[in-house]
Amino acid sequence: MARAASPRRRFLTTLAAWGVALVIFFPVLWMILTSFKTEASAVAMPPEFLSADWTTENYAEVWQRSDYPRFFWNSVVISVGSTLLGLAIAIPAAWSMAFVPGKRTKDLLMWMLSTKMMPAVAVLIPLYLVFQRIGLFDTKIGLILALMLMNLPIIIWMLYTYFKEIPGEILEAARMDGASLWNEIVYVLTPMALPGIASTMLLNIILAWNEAFWTITLTTTKAAPLSAFIASFSAPQGLFYAKLSAASAMAILPILILGWFSQKQLVRGLTFGAVK
Amino acid sequence: MSTQSTRLAARLMVAPSVFVLFIWMIVPLAMTLYFSFRFYRLLTPERSGWVGFNHYLWFLNAPEFWLAMFNTLALVGGVLLITVVLGVLIALLIDQPVKGQAMLRILVIAPFFVMPPVAASIWENLFMHPQNGLFSAIARGFGAQPILFLEDYPLMSVIGIVSWEWLPFATLIFLTALQSLSSEQLEAAEMDGASAFNRFKFIILPHLTRAITVVILIQTIFLLGIFGEIFTTTQGGPGSASTTLPYMIFKQAIVAKDIGRAAAGGIIAVILANIVAYFLMRGIGRHLDN
Repeated sequence: MARAASPRRRFLTTLAAWGVALVIFFPVLWMILTSFKTEASAVAMPPEFLSADWTTENYAEVWQRSDYPRFFWNSVVISVGSTLLGLAIAIPAAWSMAFVPGKRTKDLLMWMLSTKMMPAVAVLIPLYLVFQRIGLFDTKIGLILALMLMNLPIIIWMLYTYFKEIPGEILEAARMDGASLWNEIVYVLTPMALPGIASTMLLNIILAWNEAFWTITLTTTKAAPLSAFIASFSAPQGLFYAKLSAASAMAILPILILGWFSQKQLVRGLTFGAVK
Repeated sequence: MSTQSTRLAARLMVAPSVFVLFIWMIVPLAMTLYFSFRFYRLLTPERSGWVGFNHYLWFLNAPEFWLAMFNTLALVGGVLLITVVLGVLIALLIDQPVKGQAMLRILVIAPFFVMPPVAASIWENLFMHPQNGLFSAIARGFGAQPILFLEDYPLMSVIGIVSWEWLPFATLIFLTALQSLSSEQLEAAEMDGASAFNRFKFIILPHLTRAITVVILIQTIFLLGIFGEIFTTTQGGPGSASTTLPYMIFKQAIVAKDIGRAAAGGIIAVILANIVAYFLMRGIGRHLDN
């Protein structure tokens, strides 16, 4: 909506909008500021803003002392791994539902979405027991499988809405020219579908990275990613505010950056194409 | 026009997804149902046997269960109310011609990308902590006693934290929907003398209906399973004041190691989710069919 507004009104709305945005963003900002303070400065009362002792030591210390790098690596492997595995299963499915729809395709899609409605706690116990029995408990492979299955309906839906927008005539033309099914997928479809696949991938890496139910319940130490690490950080370590903030900042920064890049696709992806 | 073989290939390509999702849904559900009628405690593995509906009756008779049900619905309802109302207002504000809109969007969306344990621990330690939190500093600055957020108002505090995480999502979706609203219609209404409130009520709000429906549907799916925030901050306490159904089941399964009882809780959670889903789907089907 581009409507003419008086300069005064424009100034006031700008001021209000920035005020609201800063309030919403403030907790993240305050965490980042705290991560650069010394521990004494971080808990000082009244809170220190400009007078604080600034340091980058917290980051170095968190990175060296705790098992932080291992948790970080686990997060990377689990979120990227589950996303790639999910894409491998979902791309053919979404492709065929978008281009060769059957009578039941809509029902099938709704059914897939309905599996997301199943509360995770309801399947916690069997998964917990099965994972312990077959040796998947506290392993990266186990978490990759669990998170892949959890996000598979979203991956399929996102891809489906993207594939739907590729004009079917192009495929027919390729078929007329004698392209095989395989060639059609590799040379015609894939280049057109890549942007959709890329944003699906991005969004699902974010969802998997931030997942905090399976990662907490299905791990103890070996395969625990950052979400489990932070969840257990606060209690025993007491008042190491600056280090907690530094660890938190490192845990969210990669995703914050990815997220800012993908915010346009985010709306589409998480609303299954209902809002564009 | 698709040939027979293309159709067959297409079916084969859907098969793996359907297969793994079916297994993922049906096997654990069947096991949970089975365990819910069994005596099964990890600490006394030698004892076992059928217990009929005893686990279910235990839940129905436990005061904590009804509190947990109330807390679950209050959490979902509270967060939905806050995020939808504030989300619409903030989206309307940002949609105005303001300077630096791109940067504004970046700031507003940020909380959505903060993983739940981090969000919870920022709020718990840096803001709500009774000695060192920013809120207590502000309260002392005004000469007041610091509020014990997580002790005295645990559920409201959790609702606040979760609302902060989901407000950006709602705002972003409403903003996207607002940007597809034609400005001519609004201008025409304005020229005809419609007040700002009437323009909102008769033009903007109807336009947003679909977006609001979608936000409610998606958030409900995620909110019914809220776990990380409670695990990090209150651990369901004090007492059971902030225990939700998922958290109560988690305590039975992982802490008390009573698999049978937790399984019965899991089945109850499925029933609850289905009831909620039924009403949601009915309400939402009306808006999405077009």
